[in-house]
Amino acid sequence: MGVGIEVTTLNAWYGTNHTLQDINLHIPANHATALIGPSGCGKSTFVRCINRMHETNPIARVTGSVRIGDLDIYADAKPVEIRRRVGMVFQRPNPFPTMSIYDNVAAGLKLNGYRNRQVLDEIVEKSLKNSALWDEVKDDLKKKSGASLSGGQQQRLCIARALAVDPEVLLMDEPASALDPVSTSKIEDLIFQLKSQYTIVIVTHNMQQAARVAEKTGFFLNGRMVEFDSTHKIFTNPSDKRTEDYITGRFG
Amino acid sequence: MQLNNEHKLQTRIRALTDVAATGLAVLSTVLVVAPLVAIFVYLVYRGASSLNLDFFTQIPKPVGESGGGMANAIVGSGVLLGLASLIGVPLGIGGGIYLAEFGRGTKLANAVRFTADVLNGVPSIVMGMAVLAMVVHPEGHFSAFSGGVALGIMMIPTVCRTSEEMLLMVPNAVREAALALGVPNWRSVLAITVRTASPGIITGCMLAFARVAGETAPLIFTAFGNSNWSTSLNEPIAALPLQIYVYAISPYDDWHRLAWAGALVLIVLIVLAVSLVRYVTSRGVLKGAS
Repeated sequence: MGVGIEVTTLNAWYGTNHTLQDINLHIPANHATALIGPSGCGKSTFVRCINRMHETNPIARVTGSVRIGDLDIYADAKPVEIRRRVGMVFQRPNPFPTMSIYDNVAAGLKLNGYRNRQVLDEIVEKSLKNSALWDEVKDDLKKKSGASLSGGQQQRLCIARALAVDPEVLLMDEPASALDPVSTSKIEDLIFQLKSQYTIVIVTHNMQQAARVAEKTGFFLNGRMVEFDSTHKIFTNPSDKRTEDYITGRFG
Repeated sequence: MQLNNEHKLQTRIRALTDVAATGLAVLSTVLVVAPLVAIFVYLVYRGASSLNLDFFTQIPKPVGESGGGMANAIVGSGVLLGLASLIGVPLGIGGGIYLAEFGRGTKLANAVRFTADVLNGVPSIVMGMAVLAMVVHPEGHFSAFSGGVALGIMMIPTVCRTSEEMLLMVPNAVREAALALGVPNWRSVLAITVRTASPGIITGCMLAFARVAGETAPLIFTAFGNSNWSTSLNEPIAALPLQIYVYAISPYDDWHRLAWAGALVLIVLIVLAVSLVRYVTSRGVLKGAS
């Protein structure tokens, strides 16, 4: 089951560039929350702070607190532990090119020392079914490389890989922006199904997409969160002028 | 109509340029491959007739007796190259991993990279002298071990720098994918990044291997050569390039012929070894893997 995320005065830097400024936000459990805003506004940095991927860049720095459920991720835990609880799907599909489809899905478990074959088989099947890829790949699981799939299939493979470690939160950084419309709608359907079991945070440039999949939407601009509300309210009656300008296409 | 003519002229010029560029590329390819083919054909011409079973089963005969073979030198080269690979491959790959994954941008990494490049340019005879001073003199005698050390050190820079280059070619997205799954960095490096780069890393190892397989100079003061059977690491050992060298500068026609045969065998063995490694390492590759 998913858990809520409580973000308090989060600040982040790349070198001297202050990319996130005083973000306060409550992301509800078992819902999809969309983050929108123009390029470079800090949305991606924000999701990377939720699984502590931000700090993998040597010049990156972060202050403030992020609580996932009961866990203060910057005070109480190591990055690797957080990342096992918070799955991430990237903008460009990034399957492990030398691994089979099966090994790609099982990678998170296998690389953390999990060896029980029977359980692995079950988890791989369940994850691929959850990511709506099972029927397309079930005959080639161990024969084909993850890189041999189409772009849309690769992205669903990456979702299966993230689901296999049974996370509580799923972060998606523009998961459909490199995909064609058919693949995109498959990913959106998937988000719709998955949000009953996981807390989903999705960064998107596509406002229709945010409207279709998310209950809550946050608007980021220049490293600050301008507005956070129900998706319906953001798109029909935003409180902030800047939000209105953005969603009506006046800039960005 | 004039426009149409102009268009036709342009099309013809383009077609001619295309033919010229293709011709140049083909010519360059031929010029690159020609010396290799020429050397190989000449080796077969001069050496093949002296190849017989004795060549692979007998040790050299004393001066004056005809016949004999290079069995001890073939095995000796195998021992030396095996030892060199045991030293050069792990150290080289380890250094490459450090440069590409852990030391990026640090002063130590820059120093290591610079040292590797300089080491790569050190003449092989100098390497032989260095090992003479560092290993042979303290031990008090020539040995297969010192020869293997000399060749192994020569392998390190090539393996190290190609490993680094190949690891840097692995997209960052692949590293991030592993880290985002909660895999510790060291494990991600070994199980994901190195594995993804492994075809290139293996090519680097093969390059280094093939290069030192033909080295003679570093072995003169280390492995020294041996006209008898020896596989002991503590004794002087025979090696194909050394044997070829000794035979080629001798005044005997019989030995000259054996030297040609030895050169042919050396080249064929290198090709076989490289092909074998390629075959073995390509068997596990999946359909569509890149």
